[in-house]
Amino acid sequence: MSPTEPAEPVDLAEPAGPAPAVTLADVSMAFGGRTVLASVSLDIAPGSVVALLGANGAGKSTLIKILSGVHPGHGGRIRVDGAPVVLDSPLAARRLGIQTVHQRIGEGVVPGLSVAENLVFEELAQRRGNPFVSGRATLARAREIQAGLGLDWSDAVLKRDVTELGISDRQLLILARALATRPRLLVLDEPTSALSAAEAKRLFALVARMREDGIAVLYVSHRLGEIDALADRLVVLRDGLLTDDQARPFDWDAALRAMLAQAQEATTARPVRAGVRGETLLSLRGVRLFAGRAPLDLDLRAGEVTGVVGLLGAGKTELARGLFGAEPFPAGAVELDGAAYAPRRPADAIRAGVHLVPEDRHTDALVPGWSVARNVSLPFLKSLSRGGLVSRSREDALGRDTIGALGVVARDEHSTVEELSGGNQQKVVVGRWLAATPRVLILDEPFRGVDIGARRDIGRRARALAAEGAAVLVLSADVDEVLEVADRVVVLAGGEVHLDAYGEDAERDRVIQTISASV
Amino acid sequence: MTTTQSTEVPTQAALPPATSAAVRVQNAVIKYGFIFVTVALFLYFALSEGSFRESATLLDTLRYVSVAAILGLGVTFTMAVGGMDMSVGAVAGLGVSVAAQTMVVLNQVGTVAILAVLAAGAVAGLLNALLIVVLKIPDMLATLGTMFVIQGGKLILVDGQSITPGMTMSDGSTAPGRFTEGFLKIDRGTVLGVPISVLIFGGLTVAAWVFLARTRWGRVLYAIGANPEASRLAGIRVGAHRALAYVVSGVLASVGGLILASRIGQGDVSAGASQLLEAVAVALVGTSVLGRGRPNVWGTALGAVLIGVITTGLTIKGLPYYTQDVVEGAVLILALVFSFTLSKRRTA
Repeated sequence: MSPTEPAEPVDLAEPAGPAPAVTLADVSMAFGGRTVLASVSLDIAPGSVVALLGANGAGKSTLIKILSGVHPGHGGRIRVDGAPVVLDSPLAARRLGIQTVHQRIGEGVVPGLSVAENLVFEELAQRRGNPFVSGRATLARAREIQAGLGLDWSDAVLKRDVTELGISDRQLLILARALATRPRLLVLDEPTSALSAAEAKRLFALVARMREDGIAVLYVSHRLGEIDALADRLVVLRDGLLTDDQARPFDWDAALRAMLAQAQEATTARPVRAGVRGETLLSLRGVRLFAGRAPLDLDLRAGEVTGVVGLLGAGKTELARGLFGAEPFPAGAVELDGAAYAPRRPADAIRAGVHLVPEDRHTDALVPGWSVARNVSLPFLKSLSRGGLVSRSREDALGRDTIGALGVVARDEHSTVEELSGGNQQKVVVGRWLAATPRVLILDEPFRGVDIGARRDIGRRARALAAEGAAVLVLSADVDEVLEVADRVVVLAGGEVHLDAYGEDAERDRVIQTISASV
Repeated sequence: MTTTQSTEVPTQAALPPATSAAVRVQNAVIKYGFIFVTVALFLYFALSEGSFRESATLLDTLRYVSVAAILGLGVTFTMAVGGMDMSVGAVAGLGVSVAAQTMVVLNQVGTVAILAVLAAGAVAGLLNALLIVVLKIPDMLATLGTMFVIQGGKLILVDGQSITPGMTMSDGSTAPGRFTEGFLKIDRGTVLGVPISVLIFGGLTVAAWVFLARTRWGRVLYAIGANPEASRLAGIRVGAHRALAYVVSGVLASVGGLILASRIGQGDVSAGASQLLEAVAVALVGTSVLGRGRPNVWGTALGAVLIGVITTGLTIKGLPYYTQDVVEGAVLILALVFSFTLSKRRTA
């Protein structure tokens, strides 16, 4: 792939210092015609911690997978210590000194094997020569490996089954194993997501030691506090492009803007709307999104599109799933039209006219192999049936209506959803819930992986639904997506409301500053 | 907008517009291959063996496969929700013993026996539903467990003995009852020359097809099998519907048990065991018919007919009975190649 023009002016000044341990030049990746990583160039110096930030779908995990040898079909060039390399398998990446510690710790250990066997597992897996495994030799080597990380597990601990270790100890095990290979680059993907504060501190100390040992670290996280404490440099990925590259001291507003904001063009197109302030339709009182966090009060009004913005972990999905009865709130009361509303399962919510477009359309919304019409009709089969028999003509008509109303690009209502592009699949999922005129429509990250045309079509329908008197809730990590469609913007962080503003008060910079102040 | 008016109404995933001749041939082979094989084998046997052509032979073939076919229909229901029922053979065997116990030992009429057998099947289905839906045990393991429990429990019920009319019971008396004439007609009687068991097979096939392919409940079962979480978020009571599938499977298996009991005419304790693998095989073969790659009623029925044609044909050809298993196994593997390897390649 030819290098595209730089995404945004990026400070290319290289820190004077040692030659980079790993160099990426114009690295790109596309899946089925969709570009996930456009053209990423990055130097990582030995003995430095580079933090990688990006919203969901920005291309972070693709970049990590390329570095760990999972995507051999990528574009661009990669060098290790100046020499061009081909990362065509996880084994190749490891042999070249690139070690990756994945976010899901469970996938890194082998249950049923002891702690010691897990520590030497990589050597076990590729050992040549003596095919017999001696317990004593394993234990001795395991002691060496753990010492490399300053762990002092007793032999009794080393002999235990690995599943008896806590989650943070398992992660230390994986780190020790990765470091035993003396890597040039260590990729840590959201390493603290399962750790307590004290455990995270222990991890930070280890990362600091690795830096002193001259290991290059690519630290992927959405927790700004950690990055502030650890990183020498931060880079931001958005829509497959590097949009920011900073050395210390970090400018958080700029980083967040690079991470969350669209190109300016998209936002200026947004018409300024005065607040509508309709009747309260849904009111939340003392609702806790996470057990043990502060409660939240929120009113959703008829005729309004309320946008909820927040980073990963802010509580957006918890809010959506709680209102839909998919995962009831830990505490609090909700009223719908003045009457108590406590859905215990999605069927209750649907009956009450509360509909949800879930975050992940593939796992949570679409039935694979089914036609557009059948996917649309699934929640409403009862009203399309007589004596239990589904009326195909009415079902097909519903499918055609959805295709027409949202401008779904499909051959006809019998096309399977797999034949549609991602944006059109999303239109089908949204269109399904418009079929029965909801009173409250919740859209969780409705624009993810959706092109700008589809985004506009979905936004237009959401606004039309609000104009008919429904309350519409749009949840997104993307500020501009929300500003484009919402009358009112709510900033959520840690399960609490940090800003609740209408129209022009919900100005872009103010929203971004609120998010950046809340982390 | 972008809707295009369609002249034909394809229910299958339509082919991409530009398909080469080779791809079209391959698709046709995948879609109609199994029907073609069945018809070709049928013609081969019919042309080479005169006795195969007699209508009595053909009806006997259908009568022979009716039990495995009906059990296979039950398995199809559980496969539709993404599960499996390994207990159908044991439930059919339980039906045989319950029928014998009711009529021979308890001296009841055939109708009572039929109701008792169907109730036993429903209870077995509820037990599977409890284990799988409430206690969250993987379907294969749970139904394997009930298979053993039902087989063992049945032996306790009948003191480990096959119940035959006129047998001496443990207290020294003679068993008072017998299999009633009406009950024996289930498998031995005919209507307009067609065995009643074949009519039951045909009727249940049509009913199962209407239910799975045409009603909203059937649609929901398939939705759960294809994506349970999306189904739940579409407002479907996933647990209740999965339970329904296992209860239907249990009841269908007990219908198979009724036919089996009528055929044997006594409470044979070993009955039903051999039906399990045939029933599962028939349902799996069914997934490859019409190249759908998913469980479907017509596929299951046709799979049963295919296995019947092969078994009868080879028997007439003089192959010893003990070679049947190998042949059936080979048919199953071939069907699975159609279902998995070839149809996956097409979508890739």
